[in-house]
Amino acid sequence: MSKVILKGINKYYGKVHVLKDVDLVVEEGDFLTLLGPSGCGKTTTLRVVAGLETPEKGQVIIGDEIVTNADKSFYTPPSQRGLNFVFQSYALWPHMTVYENVSFGLKVKKFPKKEIRFKVEDALERLQIREYIDRYPSELSGGQQQRVTIARAIVSQPKLLLLDEPLSNLDAKLRVEMRAELKRLHQELKTTIIYVTHDQVEALTLSTKIAIFFEGKIVQVDTANNIYNYPVDVRVADFIGNPKINFIDGLLVKDRDGVKVVSPLGEMIAENKKCEDSLEKKEVTLALRPEHIFISDEFKENYLECQVYSVLPAGSETLIQFKVQDKFIIAKVIGQVKFELDQKVWIFFVKESINVYDKVTGQLLFNV
Amino acid sequence: MEKLETGLSKGRRELDGKMTRLKNRFMRLVTDPYSVATVIAIVVLVYLIVVPLWEMLSATFKLSPQDVRSVPGAIAGEFTPYYWKKIFNSSISEAIFYGPLKNSLFISLMVSMLSIILGGLMAWLVTRTDIPYKKFFSFMIIVPYMLPSWSKSLAWLTIFKNDRIGGYPGVFQYLFNINPPNEISYGVVPIIITATLHYYVFTYLLMSSALSSINGDMEEMAEITGANRYTILSKIVFPLVLPAILSAFILTFSKAVGTFGIPAFLGLKVKYYTISTMLRANIRNRLTEQAYILGISLISIASFTVYINQKAIGARKSYATIGGKGVRKNKIRLGKYRISAVIILSIFIFIAAVIPLFILLMQSFMLKDGIYSLNNITTHYWFGKSNNLIAEGEPGIFKNPLIWKSIYNTLKLAFTASIAATITGTILGYIVSRGRGKISGKIVEQLSFIPFLIPSIAFSAIYLSMFSKPRLFIPTLYGTFTLLVLVSVVKYLPFAVRSGTSNMLQIGYELEEAAMVEGASWVKRFTSIVLPLAKKGFLSGFLLVFISAMKELDLLMLLVTPDTRTLTALTFSYTDTGYHQFADAIMTVIAAIIITVYFISLKVGDADITKGIGG
Repeated sequence: MSKVILKGINKYYGKVHVLKDVDLVVEEGDFLTLLGPSGCGKTTTLRVVAGLETPEKGQVIIGDEIVTNADKSFYTPPSQRGLNFVFQSYALWPHMTVYENVSFGLKVKKFPKKEIRFKVEDALERLQIREYIDRYPSELSGGQQQRVTIARAIVSQPKLLLLDEPLSNLDAKLRVEMRAELKRLHQELKTTIIYVTHDQVEALTLSTKIAIFFEGKIVQVDTANNIYNYPVDVRVADFIGNPKINFIDGLLVKDRDGVKVVSPLGEMIAENKKCEDSLEKKEVTLALRPEHIFISDEFKENYLECQVYSVLPAGSETLIQFKVQDKFIIAKVIGQVKFELDQKVWIFFVKESINVYDKVTGQLLFNV
Repeated sequence: MEKLETGLSKGRRELDGKMTRLKNRFMRLVTDPYSVATVIAIVVLVYLIVVPLWEMLSATFKLSPQDVRSVPGAIAGEFTPYYWKKIFNSSISEAIFYGPLKNSLFISLMVSMLSIILGGLMAWLVTRTDIPYKKFFSFMIIVPYMLPSWSKSLAWLTIFKNDRIGGYPGVFQYLFNINPPNEISYGVVPIIITATLHYYVFTYLLMSSALSSINGDMEEMAEITGANRYTILSKIVFPLVLPAILSAFILTFSKAVGTFGIPAFLGLKVKYYTISTMLRANIRNRLTEQAYILGISLISIASFTVYINQKAIGARKSYATIGGKGVRKNKIRLGKYRISAVIILSIFIFIAAVIPLFILLMQSFMLKDGIYSLNNITTHYWFGKSNNLIAEGEPGIFKNPLIWKSIYNTLKLAFTASIAATITGTILGYIVSRGRGKISGKIVEQLSFIPFLIPSIAFSAIYLSMFSKPRLFIPTLYGTFTLLVLVSVVKYLPFAVRSGTSNMLQIGYELEEAAMVEGASWVKRFTSIVLPLAKKGFLSGFLLVFISAMKELDLLMLLVTPDTRTLTALTFSYTDTGYHQFADAIMTVIAAIIITVYFISLKVGDADITKGIGG
């Protein structure tokens, strides 16, 4: 019922082309996150789904119903799409109490009074803000206000819940708390959720699926793990992950068994991979996650020798920066480790954890 | 054959697609309350503002029956450049156009320059320095604006009148036994002085909103770098408010250029004409077409100045409000100048606000004009019964049913017009604020600003001719109260809409979108979200229009009938017939009502009239 399909959505603000041929399928029950840097069109996409924006081209299908058909200038109003929306600014009505805010939609839909009371109290209970029922928004803290907006959105039991950077106005501690709350809520309500954020940790922890946006285009849609492990291009690889992924320039050379990757990290043979015949050599970028690097302080076979440049302890983990043939590489080690500056160490990595990208196009070529 | 068919059906499919698209677009337009409201607003505004202007313009090219004989071989009602030639290029041009034009331009130039200096200085003192008694001063500075502009010319006359032009001598002559020369009693000097004493409030309001929007941090930063106060003022504050100064100058100019009351009282006696008084003279002599051309010239001057304002400083104006939060303002310490600043400001307020009021009040108690002794004091003009020996038996104003009726008319008009204007301003302000960046919003904003450019006297002239006969769906309105309300609402629309827009801009659109998602209709959204949140701003818009309507003369003078006469119109006719005491007494009543309402709104509702003026 609540499967959402976007087909060829194009949206212009004046002459600015903000959404470029956006295609997306959100399965029923999914928690899909639209992730990308600010200004990439993710909020606009969400508003198109909600019906708050009218695209110039494309279709939106919710369940079995076409709710937006730009070619026919047909747009179902937001309230008839069976969804609800949580705004980044909260958009709580300041002149109404919590009860009035949450019950507003039910009153508009002319539910009986008793039922409204029951539903509102249930929603507030779920979000643990029952006691604030008669307060005005200005009398609540930011976190409580956030809970009210979510209560307001779920009280009508929408089939589809749209959230626009709901946690961006909260402090770090509250954000972690609300993440857990949202995840539990998703599992309890079994609603399809589309969620917008620029915070990758939020996306990785919450979503069943992530759609990555760059400059008005969807670049990759996949599960959180796949996006993390196999980013389709350099931009995604660069965007996802903290500390940032290591990029190392290398060369792709033809080899008998497939192709050989030559880089400061050494020579690696990728079996069963074929190089285009026309190309003898190709410039590539290797990407290696910091946590996929292992360190040893004594010589080992097949390990790569390098020098410690600096050590950055961060409590539960330690970041170590190395110099490998004038290139910097960062490694992440769980726990607290000690190295001297300029100390000689040996590092090791599983070659399967390296992704190889075309240096010119930035596209993922293969996984070694 | 097959190919042809598929081609045909494809064509038909495309056509069908186009039709449904058109149909859907149309349905969306007519079912979307915002577009419906916008369309209605635009139609009404065009009908009430653009059509009158057009009629006025076209009338000046049509030969009227009474002028048929002046143009050989012409037929009444035909196109003719006759009137334009007569005004711009004939033996009387100098007398009826160029002379008055020079006077008008000179007066408004001087008035706006002096107003900028006075108003700007006072705004700076009140907003940026540590001058004491700030609340008192900021209230008193605005008081002159509560009185009709021409009341100050009446006060001037009472003081500086000479006995050369007839009548009684003024206070000055009585006290010092010097007969003031004509140049002091009448003409350009007193016009400029009294007009400045009125319009400086306008610049003061504009300037103080600009000054208070400068973030104190900028000044503090300059102080940290070691700049002294003068440098801060000239290098930081002044450049930041320069755009505001220029636009205040131009707005004051375009307001002063059309003013009628002041030059009428102070200029006509010595045959000193401005465009506005010449316009009124032409209407009186039934030279309507000529009057219209003068009106159009006034509109052109005002539009031109505003156009310059938008072109030259429109883009730069934006930085006047940079850091517009103005949360914390550091006050410049006046130090040793503090006391002299208080004294000078007090003297000024005494001259601008207290003396005119006092003079008016005093004169209303004088049995005979010009005799300044205790036994000449009487309350006759206030409470006296009809006495054939005084003023041909006119009873005191509170014993005169005519005046009670006028008080009733005035209050009814001021309240009805300001409530109607506030409602209209709210709706139009909604359209403007929600249509930001859209053409619809721009059109409504521009249309509703036009009345600002039309001098009241010209505006009432158009409405007089437009509604003195039945029009499309509208019966003859001349002589009705409705016409007075209509003309007032339309004339004050620029203020009402500005105030409404700034009010609406404070309500985030997301608040409405949230209700939209919940399924609330436009009406529901407007009544349960927008209106309750906009409530606070209503009073400011209401007050602004109320004050203007209470003291309005120029706009109503041509349109009132004995039945609908307002207090101001009554004052004017009393002055015309020489019963100054009655005029002064009524003026005192008007001032009392305005100041009371203003004071109550300040106390009760935190009203801020700067919103509609500045913005």
